[in-house]
Order: sequence, then C-alpha cells, then structure tokens
Amino acid sequence: MDYFVNVTLTGLTQGMIYSAFALALVLIWRSTRIVNFAQGSMAAATTFIALALIQAGQSYWVALVVALASGFILGAIVERVIIRPVEGGPELNAVIVTLGLFVAIQASIAIIFGSSFQSFPTPFGVRGLEVGDTTIPLTPTSLYIIGSVLLVMGLLVALFRFTRVGLAMRASAFSQEVARLLGVKVGGMLTLGWGLAAVVGSLSGLLIAGGSFVWPAYMDALIVFGFVAAIIGGLDSPVGAIVGGLILGLALSYVSGYAPRGSALVNISALVILIVVLLVRPGGLFSSATARRA
Amino acid sequence: MTGINVAFGGVLALTDVSVTVEPGQVHGLIGPNGAGKTTLFNVACGLVRPTSGRIVWRGEEMRRLKPSKLTSLGIARTLQGVGLFPGMTVLENVMVGAHRHAHAGFGSALLALPTSDKDERLLRERAMRALTELNAGHYAGRYPGSLPYPVQKRVALARALVAEPELLLLDEPASGLSEDEMHELGELIRSVVGRMSVLLVEHHMDLVMRVCDRITVLDSGKQIAAGTPAEVQADPAVTEAYLGDAVDAEADAAELTHADGGRPHA
Repeated sequence: MDYFVNVTLTGLTQGMIYSAFALALVLIWRSTRIVNFAQGSMAAATTFIALALIQAGQSYWVALVVALASGFILGAIVERVIIRPVEGGPELNAVIVTLGLFVAIQASIAIIFGSSFQSFPTPFGVRGLEVGDTTIPLTPTSLYIIGSVLLVMGLLVALFRFTRVGLAMRASAFSQEVARLLGVKVGGMLTLGWGLAAVVGSLSGLLIAGGSFVWPAYMDALIVFGFVAAIIGGLDSPVGAIVGGLILGLALSYVSGYAPRGSALVNISALVILIVVLLVRPGGLFSSATARRA
Repeated sequence: MTGINVAFGGVLALTDVSVTVEPGQVHGLIGPNGAGKTTLFNVACGLVRPTSGRIVWRGEEMRRLKPSKLTSLGIARTLQGVGLFPGMTVLENVMVGAHRHAHAGFGSALLALPTSDKDERLLRERAMRALTELNAGHYAGRYPGSLPYPVQKRVALARALVAEPELLLLDEPASGLSEDEMHELGELIRSVVGRMSVLLVEHHMDLVMRVCDRITVLDSGKQIAAGTPAEVQADPAVTEAYLGDAVDAEADAAELTHADGGRPHA
C-alpha cells in the first residue's frame, strides 16, 4: 500500500511538471497557432542562467525569480524578432523556424555554459514527511513542485478571467482581425502570450532540474512528455494540458513502478498512450471536434 | 473620403468614389453584388489601403489608417456575419468593445493593481448597460454559439456601440433578420443618430430608404448616383443598374433569337 501511494505521488509530481510544460505549448498554440519546438531549449537556457547565479553564491530563490523573468524576456524577444515575420505565413515555415531555434539555443547553451553534467540544487529536502510515527512518502520537494505549478496556473487563470489584458489576449486568440478592429493591440498581446508561456516553460525546466543533473540537452525527455501531454489534452485546451500532464505522469509512474523492467518501458508507454488517444479521439480528450488541424 | 481608387492587381475595384458622412446623419451605401461596397467599407476602416485618394476624418487627413487605431479615432464597425468571439461570454465580448475606455495602464492591469480593479468593474458595468439598451442584458452570461442569430447580431451591435464611437460603420446589419427585427433595427439606428453618424451598407432597400438621410449608389466600382432616398429612387441610372435597362434587354433577347445560340449572354 505504501508503495502504491509512493508511486502515485511520484506520478502526480512528475505529472505537474509535464502539465506546466504542456500548458506553455498550449498558450502559444492558442494565440499564434504555432507549435513551439524551441520551448524546451528556451527553458533550458533559463535554468542555466539560474545555475550560474547559484554557483555565483546567490540563493535559490533569487535565481528562480531571475530565471523566470529572463524566460519572459526571452519569450517576448523570440516572438517579436523571430516569430513575427513568419506569423500568418505557411504553417510549415513557423515549425521549421522553431526547430531551428531549438537547435540554435541548445548549441548556444553549450557554448556559453559548457556541455558537461552539472548538479542543480533543490531548495527542499527529499525526506518524507513524518506524521505521528509513520512516514508518508510526500517530500517537501514534491509539495514545492505541486504548489508552485498550481500557484502559477492559478495566477494565469486569474489573469485571463479577471483582467482587461487577459480579456484582450483571449479576444486576440479567437480572432486577430476582429480584435484589431475593436482596438486591441494584437501584436502586444501575442508578445505577452509568448512571454507568459516561456515563464511557465521555464518553471517546468527549473523544477525538473531540481536535485538532479543538467546539461544542454537535459530537457529533451521533458519535451517529448510535454508534447504528449499537450496532445492528449487537445492542444487547444489549457485544462486539457493540465489533465493530460497528470494522466501521463501517473501512467508513466505506474509503468515504471510495477511493470517488469518498467523504467525501460517509460518512453514507449508515453508513445503508446499518445497513439491510443489519437486513435480514439483524434482531436485529443478536451478539444472540440474542429479545433485542431493537421 | 474623396476620389478613392482601389486596384487589386489589374482589377479596378473602385474608381474615383467620394463619400461624405455628415455628422449626425445616416449615410447609406448600396449597389448590386460586386459593386465595391465592402471594399469601400474596408478602405474606411483601414483594412484596404486605397491606391489613390484622400480620407479625411474630423478635418484631418488620414494617411496611414490602421484598423487597430479605429476605436481611438472614435470609429467602430460591425462585420458581415457577427464575428463574435466564440469562447467568451456575451458580456466579455462586449467588454472587449469597450476596451479603449479603460484607463489603467498596461502594467497595472497586468499586475491587477487596485486601480485596474476599479477599471475592470467600470468596464463590466458599461458593457452591461450597452447590452441592456439593446434588450440583450439577460444573455450576458451565455456563450454566443448558443444564441439565435438575431440575438448574436444585437450583441455584435452592442459591442460596436459600447465604444461610444462618433462614426458607426454597419456592414449588412439586417442580413438574416426577419421583417419585424429589421423594423426594430431601423428604429435603433435612428435612435443612435443623435449620438453618432452612421455609414450603412445594406441590401434591403426598404430599410435603407427608411433610415438613411443620404445614399450613395455604387455599380462596378463606380459611383452612379448620390443624394436623398427620394432623389436616388428617381434616378434612372439606379434602376438601370439594379434591373437592367428594359429596352436593352428586349433588344438582347431579339438578338439572341436571331443569332444561332452561340453568343454567351452578357
């Protein structure tokens, strides 16, 4: 029983990180209809910025804030400078551009920060909490991960639901032309959308790095899982991305915890889940029937 | 707008068209399909840049009219169809229309500071008032897709009116409406005229004749008549454009019976 709870909690924690990454993809897809393949290496870049600060003696929290802020700036710059010229053009152009960006940023990280494995600290311990005299397998680190992702998601929901800027962003996502006629500065909204998405992506990168090793390509596995989570959810639905991430996290954790030679099966299972979902509901679990093309 | 020319490639969509909307008047823009009404409309809101010609608004020449600047210039438009945002409630749709009246800066709105909170409430109230004025207040929490088409049209109109424009551009507001609803629309247009001028593109003649102070008639990109509804109705060029010239049609028919059926009918 303890083992089951442990595996479930691990799955939920990992799932939250997948959710955050998937959410970053969905935010960009909704506003610009572009799948941002560079999301992973953009997040990796901010993680390395955080690592550099920590190695220079700054606290984890300072590094976290700076990394998220630089994620926002990086996302905004990428949209304004690199994506803007290919927006509204053939979809394939944007895909190729983000793929190129993915490789370019990863290479830049290796040039600037080196390509060796480095350990990334975590602000909390990984010992289970003790309630009375039993130890439950819920570590402060996993609480921190779940809490911070929930906090960021809550802030995003509040932004979109209750503020004027959120209103304008949603309007731009539904129809740029109409929003523009109503006086919304659509360009600014797109830049803001990319910036916010990059913040969420950076958060997922920082969380997955915590207590483990980072190298320029350390996000690659997360990219695959994040994509699968986003597509399970339908690519168009933020709620779908979160649920997709949690489903994937739990499923992979059970596979790795219970199946014989489970840890070797994790990647395959992710793709099997993806294929099954696409066979049963080609638009993803949460999409309206017509939302997704190609 | 004076001397507007628009060419798409080699095709002249508009040739030397001039339209002046007087303050507090309803100006109708009519013409057969493909006459260039919508093109002229798009010129008026900056979606199409004229090849030559001048656009003057409030005594100032608009050289680079941009769609996103429209509302801040005091111009609002509705679209053919409705163009409502599908995933947002009716109230939120109208709130986007009132966007330009919000005062809090971008930063404070993003950080949800108290000033923007108050702003948000004012925006909501203003949108609600506009909906109530058009008898659509009870639909505020619904999503556009679940509402009948005429109601959607009213919401779209509320979204344009909530910006409190000085010039309202209406693109075929009566399409898809029943006779009664069209009457209501006519009265509504007359009732807002005290507050703003209206440029109206419409197919339904009786609505146009009833509500417009002045009318411009386009045919194949050229202005063929302009004046009060009575003047326009009496203009032979207008009847010709709409019905074809009676004598010509007979001559055509005669020619066709003589020719051995090989000539395509123009």
